[in-house]
Amino acid sequence: MRILAALLRKELKLMRRNPLIIRVIIAMPVMVMLVLPLIASLDVKNVGITVVDNDRSILSSRIIRDLNAAEGLCVNSVCSTHSEAMTEVENGTSDVILTIPQNFEQNPESLDVEANGVNATKGMLGAQYVVSSVSLTLSQWLGEQGTEIKANRPSVINRYNPTLEYRNYMIPAIMVVLIIIICGFLPALNLVSEKETGTIEAMNVSPVSRMTFVLSKLIIFWVVSLLVVAVGMTIGYLVYGLAPQGSILGIFGATVLFSLVMSGIGVTIANKSATMMQSIFVMFAFIMIFQLMSGLLTPISSMPQWAQAFTLFIPPRYFVEIMRSIYLKATPLTALWPQFTALAALALATCTLAALTYKKTT
Amino acid sequence: MDAAIQIEKISKSYGSNHALQDVTFSVNSGEMFGLIGPDGAGKSSLYQILATLSTPDSGTASILGLDTVKDYKALRTKIGYMPDRFSLYPDLSVMENLEFFASLFGVTVKQNFDLIEPIFGQLSKFPKRRAGALSGGMKQKLALSCALIHRPEILLLDEPTTGVDAVSRSEFWDMLADLKKIGITILVSTSYMDEAARCERIAIIDSGRILRIGSEKELTASLGENLFNAVSSNMFALLSALRKLPDVENCYTFGATLHVVTSPDFNPDRAIAKLRDEGIDDVKIFPAKGDIEDLFIKLKNEQ
Repeated sequence: MRILAALLRKELKLMRRNPLIIRVIIAMPVMVMLVLPLIASLDVKNVGITVVDNDRSILSSRIIRDLNAAEGLCVNSVCSTHSEAMTEVENGTSDVILTIPQNFEQNPESLDVEANGVNATKGMLGAQYVVSSVSLTLSQWLGEQGTEIKANRPSVINRYNPTLEYRNYMIPAIMVVLIIIICGFLPALNLVSEKETGTIEAMNVSPVSRMTFVLSKLIIFWVVSLLVVAVGMTIGYLVYGLAPQGSILGIFGATVLFSLVMSGIGVTIANKSATMMQSIFVMFAFIMIFQLMSGLLTPISSMPQWAQAFTLFIPPRYFVEIMRSIYLKATPLTALWPQFTALAALALATCTLAALTYKKTT
Repeated sequence: MDAAIQIEKISKSYGSNHALQDVTFSVNSGEMFGLIGPDGAGKSSLYQILATLSTPDSGTASILGLDTVKDYKALRTKIGYMPDRFSLYPDLSVMENLEFFASLFGVTVKQNFDLIEPIFGQLSKFPKRRAGALSGGMKQKLALSCALIHRPEILLLDEPTTGVDAVSRSEFWDMLADLKKIGITILVSTSYMDEAARCERIAIIDSGRILRIGSEKELTASLGENLFNAVSSNMFALLSALRKLPDVENCYTFGATLHVVTSPDFNPDRAIAKLRDEGIDDVKIFPAKGDIEDLFIKLKNEQ
């Protein structure tokens, strides 16, 4: 215990003396939390529409007016031929073409909506917005004409994220990204730098057990991870008004487990690399996969079956689930025990691996 | 048993590179033993094995009766090892490094300060300076202090004077002599042949083999009488001319002079006359006292 305390004191001193590390731990989370939630948005805004109006009736001009007034939509131009409209899409000025057929006012039955699918999300949502705007106009118009149709307009309430802000969905995820990077890279670099400066040799001839030595590297980074999450939550609340709905203690608990997983991986990689360069590249490979397959950016449920099975071994998957559930849904911890168990098991596995791969002899 | 370090037929290879081949020698308790050889001779490989950082492919090594492979745990508290490169934390201060290494061994700096006081003397003037900002000689003194802070019985020093200026080197050897006086066994390696005289006994190592073991006197005595210094204003012409003389077995530059290894029939006056005929007229040839470097060159030639 005394030795572990001495090792931790040393780690703290070294960390305080390295201005870069301090910046990474404090400034990076602050910057990322201030900027990324504003940018990382899948909300579709400013969908440009070109209308091919073959009807030129009162109804068609009303449709165009309503479209223009709808939130997120903007009628760029009204053309008389479809090929003109296509040019606008090809130039990138419009995303959706709405074709109103001749005699639509007399016979309002079918309309053509075409969307530019290059940006799949924008195309899909844009078309959907157009359809709902047009159908609203149509049902109002038909009502005025006396031929009211009992339109089944379902009422939609967005639970947990009532304003449908993509930002709220991303803020907990961005904290996960920060911990992946900070708790993955720093322990790896820390250990490899001991190899590069040769201090590891002095450590290896000392009676410090390898478990104690590895623990000193892991513990210091779970303290760091708690700091990062605390900074993240504070900014989330102060700047974006988003506070965790559920247990903050649960968030801290999951953070500690997840930081152990990441630093366990970092230490293992460092044990196997001789230079910083090697460890950075290997760590990068892991971080890439972790970010893309953890459900951070794309929902796991829309991945192919085999990929979904693979994500069971992606540690951040569980952390992302815990963070979003607690943050947005106030899910009680009792309902999250599978995720916590999985994280704990992975933490145990990676830390054991870290201790086993650290060899005092060559 | 009086041997503090016992090395028996140790061999170690890294791939096809035979770093150590059948190395056998022992160091007596309380002795200052030098391991002398050029870079790449296998010195550091041997140190790694003795410091329990690597295991031999074959053979055994024991220190104070403890096997370096089986009893490594017990051994680590009894040896003080100073690797061939600086192995302290450059971002920690002088005092912090010392305190850190003391606490790893469960001792305090205070307990053992008497042991390191003579070495630490100059460093104690700036305890707060970062270790990375020290001069080469100061770094070595700090490293030695850290290696000694747990009062080891055996000191393993791997090239402690490499890259250190001549004055600091000499000071360093004085400190080692003081440590020897209080009974610490020291195994020290160096690639500076002139440092051999500082050790009681030395082993000459090259290409993973021990070539000779003995005190400097014993070893240089074997060089015999047939060694001369030669000087002239044109050293290069002299070197090639001497090499052509019949009784000259070898000739090489040695500091400011040439060392000439000869057969017993060599007559300096006749040689001077002969060289004068070849146009080198300011030659001086006089007997030389051979040292470890001459011995090393001789051993290399015999191989």
